[in-house]
Amino acid sequence: MSDLFLTNGLVIDPARDVREKINCVIRRGRVAEWTKAKQPPTGVPVLDVDGAVVAPGFIDLHVHFRDPGEEYKEDIASGLAAAAAGGFTSVVCMANTKPVNDCAAVTRYMRHAAQMVDGVRLYPVGAMTRGLAGEALADIGDLAAEGVVGISDDGKTVANTLIMRRAMEYASDFQLPVIVHCEDPHLAGEGVMHEGAVSTRLGLRGRPSASEYLIVERDITLAQLTNARLHVQHVSAREAVEAVRRAKAAKVGVTVEVTPHHLFLTDETLADFDPNYKMYPPLRTEADQTALRRALKDGTIDAIATDHAPHSTLEKEERPIELAAAGVIGLETAVPVSYRLVEERLISLSRFVDLLTRGPAAALRLPHGRLAVGDTADVTVFDPRQQLQIDATQFRSKSRNCPFHGWICHGKVLFTIVGGRICYEARMARSG
Amino acid sequence: MAFTKHHLLRIADLTSRDIELILSTARSLKGISFRSVKKVPALRGKTVLNCFFESSTRTRTSFEIAAKRLSADTINFSSGGSSMSKGESVLDTIRNLNAMQPDIVVMRHQSSGLIGRIAAQVPQCHFINAGDGMHEHPTQALLDAMTIQEAKGKIRGLRVVILGDVTHSRVARSNILLLRKLGAHVRVAGPSTLLPPEVDALGVTHTTSVAAATEGADVVMVLRIQQERLGEFAFPSVREYARYYGLSAQHLERAAPHVVVLHPGPVNRGVELSPDVADGSSSLILDQVENGIAVRMASLYLLSGVREPVQ
Amino acid sequence: MDRVAEILPYRASWHECNDNHFVQSAGAGGAVVERVVNKEPRQIMNEAEMDQAMAKIAREIHKAVGNQDIVLLGIRTRGVPIAEWIAKKFHQLTDKTLPVGVLDINLYRDDLSEVDHQPVVKQTELPVSIHGKGVILVDDVLFTGRTIRAALDAVTDFGRPRFMQLAVVIDRGFRELPIHADYIGKTIKTTLAENVKVSIKGVDGENVVVVKTQK
Repeated sequence: MSDLFLTNGLVIDPARDVREKINCVIRRGRVAEWTKAKQPPTGVPVLDVDGAVVAPGFIDLHVHFRDPGEEYKEDIASGLAAAAAGGFTSVVCMANTKPVNDCAAVTRYMRHAAQMVDGVRLYPVGAMTRGLAGEALADIGDLAAEGVVGISDDGKTVANTLIMRRAMEYASDFQLPVIVHCEDPHLAGEGVMHEGAVSTRLGLRGRPSASEYLIVERDITLAQLTNARLHVQHVSAREAVEAVRRAKAAKVGVTVEVTPHHLFLTDETLADFDPNYKMYPPLRTEADQTALRRALKDGTIDAIATDHAPHSTLEKEERPIELAAAGVIGLETAVPVSYRLVEERLISLSRFVDLLTRGPAAALRLPHGRLAVGDTADVTVFDPRQQLQIDATQFRSKSRNCPFHGWICHGKVLFTIVGGRICYEARMARSG
Repeated sequence: MAFTKHHLLRIADLTSRDIELILSTARSLKGISFRSVKKVPALRGKTVLNCFFESSTRTRTSFEIAAKRLSADTINFSSGGSSMSKGESVLDTIRNLNAMQPDIVVMRHQSSGLIGRIAAQVPQCHFINAGDGMHEHPTQALLDAMTIQEAKGKIRGLRVVILGDVTHSRVARSNILLLRKLGAHVRVAGPSTLLPPEVDALGVTHTTSVAAATEGADVVMVLRIQQERLGEFAFPSVREYARYYGLSAQHLERAAPHVVVLHPGPVNRGVELSPDVADGSSSLILDQVENGIAVRMASLYLLSGVREPVQ
Repeated sequence: MDRVAEILPYRASWHECNDNHFVQSAGAGGAVVERVVNKEPRQIMNEAEMDQAMAKIAREIHKAVGNQDIVLLGIRTRGVPIAEWIAKKFHQLTDKTLPVGVLDINLYRDDLSEVDHQPVVKQTELPVSIHGKGVILVDDVLFTGRTIRAALDAVTDFGRPRFMQLAVVIDRGFRELPIHADYIGKTIKTTLAENVKVSIKGVDGENVVVVKTQK
């Protein structure tokens, strides 16, 4: 079943600088051959994608599956199904589960649960500090041995600069990158949204941009000091992305991701106090959005990541906004929403694919994001010509905290192929 | 001219005509409180539910008196102290309100914007926001405007200072919006730690000097300072606050002639307001209480006549 | 056509009517021409006749209760200038000045739950205490009697008069409550399809009474 002949597609593979109409032969889960021949090798099933884009499988560097602990929001099976439906073949899973993924047993459980699903690949991230408490290092060596692809206290920022330094040093001994959520916990305080004219108008406590770029600058400085590999998550403030740009120019080993919601939404969306627009770091201003888009265009930003953060209505709609959980889901909307960047002519189709494949793979050194002969055959097929309306009620995710419900987009995901096996196929995939 | 808003949730939603209608109706109704029979049958058979999720005696009492003077039946529902209760599910509240069938719901909650979210889900009743978090307190701004209008005969062109903890004050927000709509010049003042970021975007100017703020002012609105701001490092001590940001009689000497002073109450005498000013001839604090009832009667009366739910 | 042109100024203030059944258009020379779809309005009283009616009411009041301590209470809006008019006639007759008060009955109406928007409430202004005095309510037209019922309630909330009476310019019939007027300028026969409009100079620009047929 892991043989496939992919035909009639426009292949876009930025890692190999490829953009051409060519057919792909997949055998035993790997790319066996690129060919102009129209006939499949004998015995290989044909998948005619009818002019859609064939790309290396999309990689999401940032998801939260609430498994173990809060499976009513999302479990590994539903999360991986949502990923497949969204066109992702690999997801990187954060450590803020219950219990926290700060020891080998939790990592082992997550990997096992993902194997049972046998679909989209799950790459766990281990905690940086025990219990995400920011006070003592987690079992980073054990976590590395169990196969985590990085360490992170995502959702929180390690306030203690010494602990941050030690985590970087120690993680580097195990060749692990340090993945950081950058918000000074005291400065952000009990803020609900970006601090500025809109928070002043609405009477909501603010989280200033400074709380983000202060920590981005700090962690870049520490990465220089320790020679650690640093990955900055969900950059949102213009000063933060400028700090990363400067660091990259100074050859610091830093990569950075941005989320679709920070690219497309601003703090004005909070005007109706809807908790589905509450996330940390918060939605900021149009000026920040413009800066993020510029950084996307000039190559400063390495990857688009969703920060898929499922919450039930109990934590969202049913709470006052100040008490509502932060975060939105994104796996099933990221591709069509982000495709607007291509429609708006901000970036090319190749750059779009790059931000979902080569870019994220390189950031965490994942063995994906490219379709050279011999590479694992993780493939995403999507059609920029097909229009869709985002309907949160139809998501495979267990949660509905989506800020893009009702949006009309292009770039429908048609097939998600992991190791040559079709994990997801859109209904009515053929436009004809 | 008719009132067409289905709810009274925020000054931001009102036109200056809406505001004038509420104020003129309040002026007409004010006299009822001074009759021997302090009651008219206008809202006979209507049910007004006072839903206070944040403890409040003064505002709740004011609304209750207002409703009773219009012959409405009032039911008080209070829960929680001053901290936001996590257990109270918003949807539960909505379901309960739907079941109880009140005509008008007067609600106060610690969460900014929550009352608007609930109102949108319960279209068959009219909501009055009696204060939501740090967001708005529309009836307070209306009663302040009524008080200023009584004292000064107008609002347009007046120089109004709002002094104190502007950041955390729904009273300040609603007043800024209302006074701007009616053409006053508004200046906010207080320590930098208690002035919200980019406050000028609300159409006001700001200063951290009480002396500079009050110079030439026609109206000074003093906000209540809360002890809990000490825990947020807003100022070093109550003593320092009183010394550098409290309003005293000296400040008023350089204000415009016949300057008036307002305070939403309860006053921390000697902290944000010196006792001689609070009890002096320029103080309109008791007029505010009287007008509070009139403005709330007007709001209840006008809303109960609006038939069509919005959307 | 002259008749039609004559009523133009009152168009906006017909008693209890909406003017949807008017067709308005700009005629030759820019003059506004107005047509009533069914019947032409008929004039019931001109200014002189109204003045005579006020004098008649004043005489009757004088005859009935002139020796007592009385207050005229005009019901907003047109009852107020009418009460003043009657007081003026009373003064001409007796050299005695009757106090005139203003009564707003909107908060006492029994149809508040029927109307789309609450009527604009204005203040009630009593120049003297009504306690123990004779109160004469004054209104323009007596029709169903509901306004007067509300007025009776409103007055009661301000004190206990020794008695209350009612004076109206026009009684047009169709009472829905057991209420009658003590002093009437003119009783006329109408149909339910008609509106009776008392115009008063201070409010409407002209003193005239007209009956107009609704569509």
